[in-house]
Amino acid sequence: MNGKNISWFGRVSLGLGFAFLYVPILILIVYSFNASKLVTVLAGFSTQWYSVLFNDDAVISSFGLSLKIALLSSTMSVVLGTIAGLVLARFGPFRGKGLFAGMISAPMVMPEVIVGLSMLLLFVELQQWFGFPAERGVLTIWVGHVTLCMAYVTVVIRSRLVEMDRSIEEAAMDLGVRPLKIFFLITLPIIAPAIASSFLLAFTLSIDDLVITAFLSGPGSTTLPQLIFSRVRLGLNPEINALATITVLVVATLVVGANRVMVKAEQRRTRLAVAT
Amino acid sequence: MVESSVHPAAGTAASKPYLQIVDVVKKFGDNTVVNHINLSISKNDIFALLGSSGCGKSTLLRMLAGMETPTSGRIILDGEDITHLAPYERPINMMFQSYALFPHMTVAQNIALGLKQDGLPRKEIDERVERMLDLVQMKKYAHRKPFQLSGGQQQRVALARSLAKRPKLLLLDEPLGALDKKLRQQTQLELVNLIDQVGVTCIMVTHDQEEAMTMACRIGIMSEGQLLQIASPGELYERPNCRFTAEFIGETNMFGGHVVEDEPDYVRVQTTELPRPVRVGHGITGTLGMPVWLSVRPERVGVSRQQPTAGGNWANGTVHDIAYLGGFSIFHVRLDTGKVVKASVPATRWREEAAPTWNEPVFVSWADTDAVVLTQ
Repeated sequence: MNGKNISWFGRVSLGLGFAFLYVPILILIVYSFNASKLVTVLAGFSTQWYSVLFNDDAVISSFGLSLKIALLSSTMSVVLGTIAGLVLARFGPFRGKGLFAGMISAPMVMPEVIVGLSMLLLFVELQQWFGFPAERGVLTIWVGHVTLCMAYVTVVIRSRLVEMDRSIEEAAMDLGVRPLKIFFLITLPIIAPAIASSFLLAFTLSIDDLVITAFLSGPGSTTLPQLIFSRVRLGLNPEINALATITVLVVATLVVGANRVMVKAEQRRTRLAVAT
Repeated sequence: MVESSVHPAAGTAASKPYLQIVDVVKKFGDNTVVNHINLSISKNDIFALLGSSGCGKSTLLRMLAGMETPTSGRIILDGEDITHLAPYERPINMMFQSYALFPHMTVAQNIALGLKQDGLPRKEIDERVERMLDLVQMKKYAHRKPFQLSGGQQQRVALARSLAKRPKLLLLDEPLGALDKKLRQQTQLELVNLIDQVGVTCIMVTHDQEEAMTMACRIGIMSEGQLLQIASPGELYERPNCRFTAEFIGETNMFGGHVVEDEPDYVRVQTTELPRPVRVGHGITGTLGMPVWLSVRPERVGVSRQQPTAGGNWANGTVHDIAYLGGFSIFHVRLDTGKVVKASVPATRWREEAAPTWNEPVFVSWADTDAVVLTQ
């Protein structure tokens, strides 16, 4: 794109748009290095809030919990979502297919408050009737997150499978590979990038989920978003700014890094294609 | 119609047929896609199913591969009923239209996959892969991935992969459809040579009549789920048994009329599109007065300035259009009856006189034996 061809109106709108998106984040980063305890007063450079943060056991443990729940639920939702996507994309028309597809994607469109509340009611009922789950905690949060994330994974995997050339699988079958083996030998490697990206999607959904977690967590299972939310309610806190800054940096590094890798792979691919 | 063409064909197969398709029907809901097909193919034949898209030829091929199950009927290969065998249990391999190479595997791995399923020892797999790569001259590309190959190279890998398991039957689905025209013509004979070299019975599906006529020793014309005629390429062209085949294969001039004289060795057909009844030098099975069509290939039609003396198969008209194609030209002659007759005239015809030009009055004519009467 040639920057010289953009009108002044275009430049101003672009600038305002980016400012709207990124100035708050910049302010947050700046204030995380603020020496003052008051977030509205700038009082010199300091990294004290970072050392406070790293010595805050509540933050460290809730971060660990969030990470654990995010890993568990994104793994599980990738497994279930891939199976559901496979069923929807490959198993032809079957009775109740529309209903199945609708129910799988319902958590995406349903307000999270409703999902969280209904699952809370379910777990309370279950506890009364069967005594299981005995209390709300990691297990219940995990089930709730899987319900939500799986819907997204299913959509991604299903659309990847639909656009994949079916004759590739048929060719494997023609060569004597049995259906289950075809999935692991042919289908899975081909859709691996889609699986990886849906894992990342599920991971990000799970790690910053607040609403469902709020309904399904119990005493002693506070995730990072819950912790941040409860602290911010008591007033803005430079320590949280430091935490947010670290998050922003980590996410930015990951995104840029992943992008670099993908661009390089793409370049290699085109170079090889040209060489032949 | 199907019976009359199938049984003589089955009879000519000297040995017992290798592949038999017996009264196969395939319905999708209420839609009959393949309608009572009977077909016998002898060993080492290259057979082409030719038809326009949606005629059921691909469905028939997929039933042979096992991707679809016939609604009724049987498929027998080498004495074994394979109608209900799963695709991975059949001694049949297929080359797909899109080639369907496994994108995440190298060329060698693509070819080896089928062999690995048979539990062959590693050494033998390597040997066979090597031989296949030799056969299709792709040895130096063994460790490339499919996306690093050109279309023609991908086609060769797909062929090697489908031949690696030494199938009893090789199926080719539009084998050269994905290649551009020039490459396609080169590859046609190359492919036939390879198939002959390996000695495998082969059924191909195509909508390209040139491809079918170049590659196959027998061709089956399919339309609306039925096999209309099964014959060698020459026979299909020279002696079509119905109007569809005559018009589908090559170009032809078609006249509608009825029989006015029916003798054992000749018939006369009266048509409103020609000034006088046409004499055709072969007998037909039919009755006097029955409606028939008359097919005359453009290259059989002569164009001249003088009125033809012999025979009565001529008409006068004016040159309406000329398509100059180098080696020959196609004259579109508008007869006095309004019918436009196409005549393909070789350039050598105009040595002694100049070629007629636009709007010049000319005569078109053909010999008794050049017209074919079609009763259906």
